[in-house]
Amino acid sequence: MSILLKGGRVIDPVSNIDKVMDILVEGGVIAEAGDLSKYYKSKDIEIYDASGKAVTPGLIDIHAHLREPGFEYKEDIASGTRAAAAGGFTTVFCMPNTNPVNDNRAVTEYILKQAAESGACRVIPIGAITKGSLGALLTEMGDMSEAGCPAFSDDGKPVASSEVMRRALEYAKTFGLTIISHCEDPALSAGGVMNEGAVSTRLGLKGIPSAAEDVMVARDIELAKLTGGRLHLAHVSTAGSVGHVRRAKAAGVSVTAETCPHYFTLTDEAVSAYNTNFKVNPPLRTAADMEAVISGLADGTLDVIATDHAPHAASEKAVEFDLAPFGISGFETALALSLRLVETGRLSLKEVIEKLTVNPAKALGMAVPSLAPGARADVTVIDLGLVRTFDPADMLSKGKNTAYAGMTLTGWPVAVMCGGAWTFKA
Amino acid sequence: MPLKQKDLLGIEGLDRSDIEHIIATADSLKEVSTRDIKKVPALRGKTIVNLFYEPSTRTRTSFELAGKRLSADVINMSVSTSSVVKGETLLDTVMNIEAMNSDIIIIRHSMSGAPSLIAKELKSSVINAGDGAHEHPTQALLDLYTIKERLGRTDGLKVAIVGDIAHSRVARSNILCLNKMGVEVRVCGPATLIPAGIEEMGVEVYYRPEEALKDVDAIMMLRIQMERQGSGLFPGVREYSRLFGLNEARVRLAKEGAIIMHPGPINRGVEISPAVADGPYSVILDQVTNGVAVRMAVLYLLSEGRA
Amino acid sequence: MPRVKARIMNKEAIDRALVRIAHEILERNNGTDGLALVGIRTGGVHLARRLAANINRIEGVDVPLGALDVTMYRDDLASRGKKMPLGKTDVTFSVKDMKVVLVDDVLYTGRTIRAALDSIMDLGRPQQIQLAVLLDRGHKELPITADYVGKNVPTSRKEAVKVLLTEEGGSDEVVIMDLEGGE
Repeated sequence: MSILLKGGRVIDPVSNIDKVMDILVEGGVIAEAGDLSKYYKSKDIEIYDASGKAVTPGLIDIHAHLREPGFEYKEDIASGTRAAAAGGFTTVFCMPNTNPVNDNRAVTEYILKQAAESGACRVIPIGAITKGSLGALLTEMGDMSEAGCPAFSDDGKPVASSEVMRRALEYAKTFGLTIISHCEDPALSAGGVMNEGAVSTRLGLKGIPSAAEDVMVARDIELAKLTGGRLHLAHVSTAGSVGHVRRAKAAGVSVTAETCPHYFTLTDEAVSAYNTNFKVNPPLRTAADMEAVISGLADGTLDVIATDHAPHAASEKAVEFDLAPFGISGFETALALSLRLVETGRLSLKEVIEKLTVNPAKALGMAVPSLAPGARADVTVIDLGLVRTFDPADMLSKGKNTAYAGMTLTGWPVAVMCGGAWTFKA
Repeated sequence: MPLKQKDLLGIEGLDRSDIEHIIATADSLKEVSTRDIKKVPALRGKTIVNLFYEPSTRTRTSFELAGKRLSADVINMSVSTSSVVKGETLLDTVMNIEAMNSDIIIIRHSMSGAPSLIAKELKSSVINAGDGAHEHPTQALLDLYTIKERLGRTDGLKVAIVGDIAHSRVARSNILCLNKMGVEVRVCGPATLIPAGIEEMGVEVYYRPEEALKDVDAIMMLRIQMERQGSGLFPGVREYSRLFGLNEARVRLAKEGAIIMHPGPINRGVEISPAVADGPYSVILDQVTNGVAVRMAVLYLLSEGRA
Repeated sequence: MPRVKARIMNKEAIDRALVRIAHEILERNNGTDGLALVGIRTGGVHLARRLAANINRIEGVDVPLGALDVTMYRDDLASRGKKMPLGKTDVTFSVKDMKVVLVDDVLYTGRTIRAALDSIMDLGRPQQIQLAVLLDRGHKELPITADYVGKNVPTSRKEAVKVLLTEEGGSDEVVIMDLEGGE
């Protein structure tokens, strides 16, 4: 059945459109856009009243952990994609740190099969750079890209060897693939559980200095320069990293970078009560870092907002801070948190939507999403004025480890369509 | 006046009047330990569990005696941390203890924040007997009591804390406590043992004892963990002892009559020379004596007003 | 606010009662031999000191004088309403084989005296313990009777009896307050 999205404020960054109009979806694609009042009375068309709401291309998250296979008690593809849809996402890239690690075609195909059967959004697997993500032997990137992996990362485990990183960038270049770097010098961060600074000192927790990220960002930029490979930097959290990326882009290096909502909404002060829901890697940094990240988003240094959705079981987080796993369950708050950047006047609405749609697609070489006729009908309807207090009990993710319990935010997804079919309605 | 809170997790949650009240109570209770019958019935029928995830003869014994001198039933549980990582979680362990109707759980743990984790889940009062590199509040209180006893006041005093500040919960609790009591606090050690941003806790940082000890009223030496040498934080005990250890020449830099403190156990000849440790200005054994009185006060004040 | 209902002893009455009690103590114990006075904090301590001074005036002897804080011996830890700072127990002499006269301001339920008896016993084994109070107001909850009483005053439980001594900034008088609608 065809669906008519009636009277919404259509924001389509790639067509540079921001106006009230109707959109007709037919056969999984955008069929028509404009004044479609001629269809309002049609009996074969489902009318969705989008008036007063924003209609944008479906959001794309290029950094998430769906945990399947291996850690289904934390999250599985069915629950994870439902949570993603509730967060406004229509496409999710999932990191390879599953069990087994997604370091070969068989695992990639398994993930895609599970997603096709039970997924509530499109799932695109990211392959591991090295076998077992052990940092030594490159994976069969060519084979895995044919199976469906457009990018490679050892996320969660930095590639410690500069030589291995160099070869990864070179080898990926052969196939036009992107290497996503989790920038962390494991020797500098060893044993650390939060940002190193006055707060970690006060709490007596082992710190991770910002330099642990900065030195690897600098290294990987130099290696991208050396190799000409495509580099994407995951979850940038420090002022130092933002500076390195800004200079690299100015120098024409082929690099893109993402940050996550928690790096532009929270600082290490949040850890003060040893609440393990604020334990994340890289760690929440200082107010100065947070300001640098926001500036980086504003001036385009940071291209992408990704969630780093990292669900964990409640029992895993209900332990000593040192023992708790890193990660925040992020799908269901990402959009509302990103819209705060608009509320505070730091980014325009169009820029925020770009960083959640167009830019992530470009960074990983995916078709650029649009709402123009002929495009795949991935659509997110956002109520920009909806005020909601976030309650973990309402989360669809198995991982209730949100850092935003009880926070009141404005602007939430209210309806999501993936490939022409509804995947979420508030 | 009972303490406002259910638990004693750190000095951070106390204000100056709380601290003064604990010290005054300890001062009244000190006399009990000098009697022939070293016991009063105040906590008769209360169950106190000493839950120690790190070996510590001194602190455990001090809490045990404090509880027993108040007539409480004191149970000691020692758990090795390695078995904990694999087995039962901390919360499971303490929920089991509480199911046996404990009133106060005293916890020593190698990980910072462990006491606040359990305090949130328990009806029992929780006393932090040292958590990781975070806090050791009763140590700071007994240090303060000893300073007040010996020097008669706190406001305007200068105290230097020398040693491994980075890994010391004793340093953190003392910094917080002394600051609240109007004391000027200096910390001193090699830069590798001074943690990032410690100045924001309200201390002056010194790298050389020759400068740090000048005109101070009290010197607190911290125990150097032998296992840290060679870990890259300092090259070895020999150089540490020569450049940062407390000897008689360095003591003379302090104010006339300055007192020498150490939370123990001391490494004689490493961070402190035997002559200084046993010298006339050493109050190390007074600290131990006062520890029992301070812990009695804390146990009593946390029990007051609670069924 | 509790209000003063009646003034039942003035300075002269208190002084006379303490002189009489001093004589009674000496008479009953055949002088000062083996005699000691121990006041219960806080009011009893001042009264014990005054009794000791009276005894010195009569016999020319300083009897051993101590102070007890019985807080640690009370049975109301969980329900205690008004919180008083803990005082020191200060008994520097041995009570072993002594005739100890406990001194308190008001005898009411007897629970404070019970705590004081336990407290004294923990310090040693006296030959005798006697009790002197300035006021006995009735309402005993334990089988405890004073050996020396300044004045017997039947009261209601809805009243409070306050002994206001100059040592505590008072004016040396005993008043009855009405608690109805107060505290």
